[in-house]
Formats: sequence, C-alpha cells, structure tokens
Amino acid sequence: MNKVKSLVLAGLLAFAPSIAMNGQALAQDNVAVAAPAADNAAAPADSAANAAAPAAQAAPVAKVAAPPRMKPTEGIGMPKPGEVTLQEQFTSTGHTARWLHDKMLLPLIFAISILVLALMLYAMWRFRASANPIPSKTSHNTFIEVVWTVLPVLILLVVAVPSIGLLADQYKPAPKDALTVKVTGYQWYWGYEYPDSGIPEFVSNMLTEEQAKASGEPHQLAADNRLVLPAGRPIKLIITAADVIHSFAVPSLWVKMDAVPGRLNEKSFTIEKPGVYYGQCSELCGARHGFMPIAIEALPPAQFDQWVLSQGGKPAGAAPAVAAAAPAADAKL
Amino acid sequence: MTTITADHHGDHAHDHHDADHKPAFFQRWFMSTNHKDIGTLYLIFAIFAGVVGGAISGLMRVELAQPGIQYLQGWANIQHSLLGAEPASLDQAYHLWNALITAHGLIMVFFMVMPAIIGGFGNWFVPIMIGAPDMAFPRMNNISFWLLIPAFALLLGSAFVPGGTGYGAGTGWTVYAPLSTSGSAGPAVDMAILSLHIAGAGSILGAVNFITTILNMRAPGMTLHKMPLFVWSVLVTAFLLLLALPVLAAAITMLLTDRNFGTTFYDAAGGGDPELYQHLFWFFGHPEVYIMILPGFGIVSQIISTFSKKPVFGYLGMAYAMVAIGVVGFVVWAHHMFTTGMSVNVKMYFTAATMVIAVPTGIKIFSWIATIWGGSISYKTPMVWALGFIFLFTVGGVTGVVLANGGVDDVLHDTYYVVAHFHYVLSLGAVFSLFAGFYYWFPKMSGRMYNEFLGQLHFWVFFVGVNLLFFPMHFLGLSGMPRRYPDYPAAFEKWNQVATHGYEIMAVGMVIFFINVFWSLAAGKKAAGNPWGEGATTLEWTLSSPPPFHQFETLPVIDDAAHH
Repeated sequence: MNKVKSLVLAGLLAFAPSIAMNGQALAQDNVAVAAPAADNAAAPADSAANAAAPAAQAAPVAKVAAPPRMKPTEGIGMPKPGEVTLQEQFTSTGHTARWLHDKMLLPLIFAISILVLALMLYAMWRFRASANPIPSKTSHNTFIEVVWTVLPVLILLVVAVPSIGLLADQYKPAPKDALTVKVTGYQWYWGYEYPDSGIPEFVSNMLTEEQAKASGEPHQLAADNRLVLPAGRPIKLIITAADVIHSFAVPSLWVKMDAVPGRLNEKSFTIEKPGVYYGQCSELCGARHGFMPIAIEALPPAQFDQWVLSQGGKPAGAAPAVAAAAPAADAKL
Repeated sequence: MTTITADHHGDHAHDHHDADHKPAFFQRWFMSTNHKDIGTLYLIFAIFAGVVGGAISGLMRVELAQPGIQYLQGWANIQHSLLGAEPASLDQAYHLWNALITAHGLIMVFFMVMPAIIGGFGNWFVPIMIGAPDMAFPRMNNISFWLLIPAFALLLGSAFVPGGTGYGAGTGWTVYAPLSTSGSAGPAVDMAILSLHIAGAGSILGAVNFITTILNMRAPGMTLHKMPLFVWSVLVTAFLLLLALPVLAAAITMLLTDRNFGTTFYDAAGGGDPELYQHLFWFFGHPEVYIMILPGFGIVSQIISTFSKKPVFGYLGMAYAMVAIGVVGFVVWAHHMFTTGMSVNVKMYFTAATMVIAVPTGIKIFSWIATIWGGSISYKTPMVWALGFIFLFTVGGVTGVVLANGGVDDVLHDTYYVVAHFHYVLSLGAVFSLFAGFYYWFPKMSGRMYNEFLGQLHFWVFFVGVNLLFFPMHFLGLSGMPRRYPDYPAAFEKWNQVATHGYEIMAVGMVIFFINVFWSLAAGKKAAGNPWGEGATTLEWTLSSPPPFHQFETLPVIDDAAHH
C-alpha cells in the first residue's frame, strides 16, 4: 500500500515536489495549498515566487522521488489533549531540561507552596482569636530570620548548578559537519533554505482546516512544505526574519529562538528519532501571528539524502555518485 | 527634619485656609489639591479602567473558549461599521485580537493597578500615615491625576484609527520594534505611544511628590525606621518609578522618531537594532512589575498586623527586603529576553541574578507567616484577602523561579506558562492586595462600613474563579500553547474551556463587589474612627472616619513606644 502511494506520489512530485500531500487529498489541494498566503494582500507575490523556485530547480534532475510525506504519530511532537506537563522530548538538551523541570524544579516549587500553605493554615487555626485571645508580643527572632534567608540561598545554589550546566549544553557549538539550514520568518509564513545542499528557499504555509484533516494532521500545526531534516545528524539552524520579529519554536525539540531582522541567530541540536514535530511562531508578529506553524519532518539519514536529491540538491559530505546510489537502496526501507 | 516638616505645614495651612471647609463641587473635584480627594479620584478612575480592561479580557476568554474563530469576525465587523468602513477581512479580525490583548495589558498595568495602588491608596494614606497634612506638592498631585485622563482617552481612541492591518494598536503591551515601527502603519500606535508618554509623565510627577513628602514631611518622631511598611513600600516604588520611567520614555520616543522622522534606532537596515528596544523596554519593564506589587506588599503587611493584633514580624527585614527587591529588580531585565539570541554568559548572569530575587521575597512571605504566628487573628474581609494574597503570590513566585532558569525558559518563554505566572503575581497578587486594601480602608475613606457577608462572599467567589481561570494556563504553557493567539489546536481545548468558566465565576465575584460598594455607600453602618480595634496602630485610625478635609493641623508627635 505504502509503495503504491509513494509511486503515485513520485509521479506527482515530479511536477510539484514542493507540494507533498498525502494520497487523494493531493490533487485537489494543489491549488488550495497556496491559499493561506494568497488571501493576504502583501505576501502572495513573494510566496508564490518562492514556492515555485524549488520546483523549477528540481525539474531537470527530478529523477529521484521525494520520500512519501510522513504521517505524524498522535501525541508525539504535538500537544496531547488535556495534557498537564511538558511534551515528550527528542533532543539531548530537551531531556536534560525536562529532567531539571520535572525532577528538580517541580518537586521544589510544590514543596515550597505546600510548606507555605501548611504553615499558614496551621497558624490560622491555632491562633484564631477565639483560641488565642492574648496575642504574643514577639516581633523579632534573629536566628529564624537568618535561617529563612540562608536556607533559600542554599536551595537556589543547588538549583543553579544544573541550570547553568543546561545553559552551557544548549550553547555547545555545532560540529563542523552539521547540516546548516537557514530559517527566515516572514509575515506570516516560514522560509527554509539549505545552503549546504544547494536547495534554494521554499516557503511553508499553514494548511487550512480541510487540508489538515485530509492529510491526517492537527489543524493549526500542519504546514504544506515541511522543514525536512535528518534524524540523528547534527543540525545547525541559522534563524532570521525579513520583516518583524518572529520566533521559531518547537516544544518537543526544546527549541525556541527569536527570528530577528538584521540578526543571524544560531541554534543547534540533533533530533533523536524520525518523526513529525510541530511548533508555532512564538513572538507576536502581526495579524496572522497565530497562523504560521512550524512543521519539521525528521527523516532517517538515507531518506533525507533522497529528499535532498529530489529537491535538486546534493547531499552534504557525500560524493555525487555515492549519493545517487544511496536513495535507490534506501527506497526499499 | 522636624523643623522642615513644621515649615511645610505652615505653608499649607496658609494656602488652604483652615478647618474642615470643603470647596464647591467643581472646584473640589476638578481643581483638587487635597490628597484625599485626589486619592478618591484615582480610585474611581482605576475602577472604571479596571472594568474596561476586565471586559476586554472577557471578550478574549469568550473567543478562546473553543477552537476556531467564533466571535472575532463579528466584533471586527461591528468595529468597522462604527467607523463606516467595509466589513472586516479575516486578517483585520485577527488584527482586532492583537488590539484587544494590547489594550488589556496597557489598561490593566497603566490605568488600573498603578493608579489604584500608588495614586489611590498612596495618596490617601501616605500623608496620613506619616502624620503630614497633605502631599508636598498638592498642585503637582492634581496634574499627576489629570494627565491620566488624556492618556486614557488617547489609548481608547487608538482603537478607532488605522494601526496596520486593521484598526487599533496591535503590538502587544511591550510595543516591540519593528512590529511597532515599520510593521504598524497608521496613527494607532503613535496614539498608544503618546498615551504611555503622558501616563508616564504623570507617574514621574507622582513619584517626585511621594519621595519629597516621605523624606521631608514626616511628623516629629516619625523616623524612617518607624514608618509603617506601606509608606516604605511607596517610597521604594517611587524611586523605581523615577529611575525606570524615563528609560521607557526614551525608548518609546525613539519608536516615534523611527516611525515618523526616518531615524533607524531599531532598524538593522539603518545600523540600529530591534533588540536595543527590548533592552530599554525591559530595563523599565522589570522594575515596573515591582512597582505594581511592592505597594501591595505594604498593604498586606498593615492588614496582617492589624488583624493578628501583633506588630509586623521582622520590621527592618521587611523594609530592607523591599529595598533589596527594588535594587535587584534593576539588574535582571534580560530574563524577559532569554530567547532573543543573547550570548551564553549573559544568559547565565541573568539566570543567577533573577533567582536572587527569590531570597528577599521569601523573607517577606515567611515574615508574614511569623506575624500571624502567636497572634489573635480575626478573619474580617481585608484579612481574608491578605491571607489569600500570601498563598497565591507564593504560587506565582515559585513559577517565577522556574522561568528564571534560562535553559528551561527556552520552552516556556512566550507560552501560557508565562501568562499564568504573571497573572498569579498580578491578578491574584496585586489585585488581591488592592481588594484587601479597599476593604481595609473603605470605612476610613467613606465613613461607612462595608457589608461583611458580601465581602467574604466576594472573596470566595473571586478566589475560586481566578484560580480556575489561571491555574490551567500552567498546563497549557507546559504543553506548548503560545501567548497572544486567537485560535489554537484542538488539543488545548479542555483547559481553555475551564479557564473561560473560571472567568465567568470571577465576573460574578465582581458583581458582588459592586453591589457591596454601592449598598455600603448608600446604607452602610456609620464607621467609627478605628473600626478594627487594638491591632490598628497606624495614624489613620486616630482620625475620624472619614478624616477631616485637612488633618493634622497640629502635627502629631510620635513617641518611642509606637510601632515595632
């Protein structure tokens, strides 16, 4: 079944590789996918041109089919209904940070809140006017004042150690062989460019509710052209913006970095598992701030190389001949 | 010190004539130089602004009750038809959302909390508590208040002029460039900026007035270390205002010139930097959050002490904890900017510095508990609100410790976790202290007792409502829901629905509050000079309720035994 689908897709993708939709939804959606950008007066010229770019580039060398559009796993890389905690993490800093939050900060703040509440309730009950008509006159106790000053300092020192360690971790520079992707925030869509692989910028718009449903993805999170990345390989995102400040955020990868016009912000990480990971713009950027989601498709490395080829790019670090051979072998995976 | 105080007193007595003679209505209320009347004006203004800001948050909660856009389009169409414009496009409806969140934030910060807590209670009770006849600069006091009116008018008016995609300023209360410069064509953002300029100027004048009054006009014997903690809190707050607001004024003036006169302070294309704005804004913005909460600390200290019939525990520690919070509050601003791409060393510093604030805050919480410990506690309405404040402020404070960690903030920044955090310290912190202070001083200000049953009922309904409203926002934030979104994925529906129900309950609480206020003003029992008994030791309780138009024509003398 999957093979049939990918064959059909391969055919369609030769014409429009940038609109990788699922199954039957694909045909009628070709036009509609451009719609989110098109109903904005300012954007359409830009985005239409950008979207066409990879297709044009790809056409002459589109012998390699893109891997089929990956289906998201329910509850992975997206919020779960009624969830009360952090999303499951898929990067090493994500694990560390989640550990710091779940195992250290959360118990600590619970304990402090409960302690304050318990002390208060006890004192409120024990020293109510009817039980204690004569108030004490004590208004100083140097010892206890020193204790409740020093103790919080010690607790904070204990918290500070892993917290500072986490920061150092997050800022570890990416290794030399990391895949560089340039992410640009626009009002109101994202642009992704792969300078290492020679893939020019293409843009990513939110899917409409019908399109998201047809594609089996959560509305508000699903995007037409996903940011395709390799799982297991170090990635370096260079994040910037073209108009106002946006913020590139993917909760399940513990990534949030502002996209600031005139600045190149860097964020590096390695995605541990293939999958679809969603995020949303996280800095107020105007009318459609709430409608420019981020969808990352993390592919196994070989399939990622295949995707790069299908876009007319060349896989990083691989000799062209080897790269061309690889997808053929991987396609059967 | 004492002689200076006496001199000032002499001037004022000469200025205002003497006795309890009140000017005619227009002169009394529109040209007022009396600190108590100006305080009343501030309180009325703040209640009005609070109703407007609260109604806007009601619109937001209704829209967010379920996924999809239900009402926004309709409201935008109403807005457009009022202006005789074409029906709103979807983008214009979304822009209206941004205008709503912006207005809610600015109104609640600049036109509700600040006027009520500093302008209202500060004006009413700082002079009385230090034994002064009035503020140091009564006419300046008058203009401080009246500047608020054009400021508020400009802000409300901005909703009806173009501001980019649609009508109104849709920049968020933070007014970040370049969304607020190149990103918002039309006069709406200019009007909002001017509104902040004017409100800020009024606050600076007020701060100058409070500092001068507190430093120069204390009654004989009222040394700094004998001042009630509420006065201490207003003194620290006034210094924060004086140091922070000019920075805001500079930052938003540069926004204006970038917008209108071709400068490029915040435009990278011209050699500027959008992040310069954020640094300047938060250099003001972080002290601003303490400006909103410190007077609340002061109010709560007075109330806890009064109803426990005990002096405040660790008075000096309490006073200097506020000073420490004020000082440290100036060197932690960039924790609002953890995701802007700062270097790792900067992030480490701001993480550590931010956590330090937990220490003086902890001192205050524990000292309040030690104050009730061993007391003889009566649970009158103000006390119930103050105790509610202590617990809820603790909850808001501990989530602040979580957010202080730069590495953890990477995922929580700009999500509903932050919204939950600052509503716990403001809506459940500052607002609880406002209600506590309102019930505590209502008999003094109006001369009538409030209705005790309605006051208690108001507390419980409001308490349940705001917790249902804001606690689920922690879950939404942890789960990844970003702020300032009119719509969201279906997974966030449950807690949004709960929050909206919480809002409904809170709104019922507010209705009870207004019934209580109007009923009490019309038919409340006459209040004695000191309705709270032996625990109420500050000077306002030595006067009649309401106090004479001019109090302390003869300065009170504070003996050594008074206070702590």
